[in-house]
Amino acid sequence: MTPVRGALLFLIGALLVAALRASAAEIPPEQRRSDYELMGPQTRAMQDDDTANPGMLGVLDGEALWNRRDGAANKSCADCHGDARAGMKGVAARYPAFSPVLGRPIDLEARINTCRTEQQRAAPLKFESKELLGLTAYLALQSRGMPIDVGKDERLTPFIAAGRDLFNQRQGQINLSCAQCHDDNWGQKLAGAPVPQGHPNGYPVYRLEWQSLGSLQRRLRNCVSGMRAEPYAYGAPENVDLELYLMWRAKGLKMEAPAVRP
Amino acid sequence: MTARALINVPPKARRGEIVEIKTLIAHPMETGYRVGLGGELIPRDIITTFTCTYNGEEIFRADFARAIAANPFLSFFTTATATGTIAFQWSGDNGFSATEQAPITVE
Repeated sequence: MTPVRGALLFLIGALLVAALRASAAEIPPEQRRSDYELMGPQTRAMQDDDTANPGMLGVLDGEALWNRRDGAANKSCADCHGDARAGMKGVAARYPAFSPVLGRPIDLEARINTCRTEQQRAAPLKFESKELLGLTAYLALQSRGMPIDVGKDERLTPFIAAGRDLFNQRQGQINLSCAQCHDDNWGQKLAGAPVPQGHPNGYPVYRLEWQSLGSLQRRLRNCVSGMRAEPYAYGAPENVDLELYLMWRAKGLKMEAPAVRP
Repeated sequence: MTARALINVPPKARRGEIVEIKTLIAHPMETGYRVGLGGELIPRDIITTFTCTYNGEEIFRADFARAIAANPFLSFFTTATATGTIAFQWSGDNGFSATEQAPITVE
């Protein structure tokens, strides 16, 4: 075989592989698994032990806030909702949910802030503040072990579709879509680390790289800037649509919040 | 607000048993080497010392340095000798001080 012919065959082979990769579809439901399964044993052990999981420090903050009276109404979350361990069970597994007032989905953080401004008549909590992360983690903990159950409301259908479009949309300087990593190449290595399927079943997560708790929107902004694209602002509809699509895509996976992630 | 801490001490142990003690405390462990948005150095803010006492007697001590991650986690072992209290004390920069304690019953 001449070198030219060899090179040509190699090129065709490479193109075929690329075509197969490009046509890879969504992950079949039976193959969907939590990113926990791709973590090392030390990180798993950290998540599994509530006295070693630093996310639980945020949960303690959240529990204190849940019971603290605040705002012009001088009401606490517990004054309306009672014991979160009973009343908030399963709630985080159903968010983002449709808000009839806004006519679009809202995530758990936005829901907490709606309660703050309307019921407590207090200032909304800032994105990624210790307070908002703590409250979200405390609520999400009440759904630990429960399957994600998002998207039953038919009014969410167009927003799930919008989120899916964003997920499959190539963007940024390196012209990459979320799906190219998380649908087509999960389980492979990227810079020595496994590429996860990208399920949002543990948020807010304690990310070792951040050395703090962080929201799903922070993670999404992180990924998008890694693609060298312009991240959507905190609270932007694009971020919420993506959150909704990711939760819908992870339907049935068990909630792990506050999870630990590398 | 005092720093949040999580303590894991077995509530019960047999006399002479080796038990594991785990502690986790909320702290930023700011190294002092990072720069802020304006280019200025962010001052060091770390825990410097941790001590653990068992019924008043010191059983473990650690000096912390800048390279230790935020929210430091410690695990160490001791021999269960008597029923009583295991107490923990962290201190550090900017007058940081936190204490916790946990009971242990030895049979």
